[in-house]
Amino acid sequence: MKRNVIKIVGISVYIVFILFSFITGFDPGKQIGKNFITFSVDMLKILPCAFILIGLFEIWVKKETVEKHFGKESGIRGYIWAVLLASTTVGGLYVAFPVAYSLYNKGAKLSVIFTYIGASAICRVPMTIFEASFMGIKFSAIRLLVSLPLVIISSILLGDYLEKRDYKIMKGK
Amino acid sequence: MYYLYIVTTFALTLSFIANRKKTLMAIKIAVKKFINILPAFLTMLILVSIVLFLIPDKIISNCLGNNNKFIGMIFASVLGSITLMPGFIAFPLCGILLKKGVPYMVLSAFTTTLMMVGVLTYPIEKEYFGMKVTVIRNIISFFIAIIVALVTGIFFGEMF
Repeated sequence: MKRNVIKIVGISVYIVFILFSFITGFDPGKQIGKNFITFSVDMLKILPCAFILIGLFEIWVKKETVEKHFGKESGIRGYIWAVLLASTTVGGLYVAFPVAYSLYNKGAKLSVIFTYIGASAICRVPMTIFEASFMGIKFSAIRLLVSLPLVIISSILLGDYLEKRDYKIMKGK
Repeated sequence: MYYLYIVTTFALTLSFIANRKKTLMAIKIAVKKFINILPAFLTMLILVSIVLFLIPDKIISNCLGNNNKFIGMIFASVLGSITLMPGFIAFPLCGILLKKGVPYMVLSAFTTTLMMVGVLTYPIEKEYFGMKVTVIRNIISFFIAIIVALVTGIFFGEMF
C-alpha cells in the first residue's frame, strides 16, 4: 500500500517534470522525455505481438505437452528446446520474462526456464548476426561458445537449489 | 522484427479459423497480462530515460577507452549492467570503439553485460520471479559476462 503511494507520487513527479521541461525548454528534461518516448515506441512495436502469442500459447498448448518437452522428464531435450526457442525470441529480457513465466505455469522446470531466459539474452539469431557484422564472427563465436554452456550449467545449479528449497513462483501475473 | 508480425498474424488467423471463442479468450488473457505488468514497464522506462541521460554515449566511449584494459573491462561491465540499449545502437557504437583501438575484451564485457544483466529490467523481473531469484540470476550473469570477456581477451591475444 505504502509502496504504491510512493510509486504513484514518483510517476506523477516525473510526468510533471517532463511536461514542465517541454514548456519552459529545459534541455535535460526534454532529453529525458525524448529517451522515454524512443524506448516506449521501441517496446510497443514488440510487446502487443509478444503478449498475443503468449495468450494463444496459454489457450492452445496443453500442460502435458509443455511438461513432456520442458518439464522434469524432459532431460537434456528440455535445454535444447529452451535454447532453440530463445534464439527466435525478439526484443530482449523484457520479452523473455513473461514467456518464461507462462512456460513455468504450464509445467516447465525451473532450470529450463532459467536456461531460456539466459539464452534469450545471448543467442537471439538476428541480434547475433548483427553483432557479427560489426565485431567479426570470431568475437560472436567466442561469446556464444563460452556463455551458453555457463548459462546452462548455472541454470541447472540454480534450478536444483531452488527446487530443493521448494521455491514457488507467484501465481497470477 | 517483421517476422514477429508475420508469425503473430498467421497464428492469430489460424486460431480464429479453428475456434473463434478460444481466440477471443486468448486475446483477453493477453490484454490482462499486459495490463498487469504495465506499471513495472512504466517504472523501467522512466529509469531507462533518466539513466541514459546521465550516461550518454560519450561517457561510455571515454570509460571504455581507459588505458588500462582491466580497469576498462570493469568499467565496461558496470556500465553494461546499469544501462539498457537496443542492439542496433550498441553494436555500431562498439564497432566505432573497436576502430579507435578499444580492446575486444572490454567491448565483450560491455555487450555481454548489456545483454545478460538487467539492473533496469529489475522492476519487471521481480514482478515475475521475486526479488531473491532476480538478484541471484543477475549476479550469476555478471560473472558469466566477466568470464566471457576474459576468454575473449585470451583468444584475441590481449591478456598479456
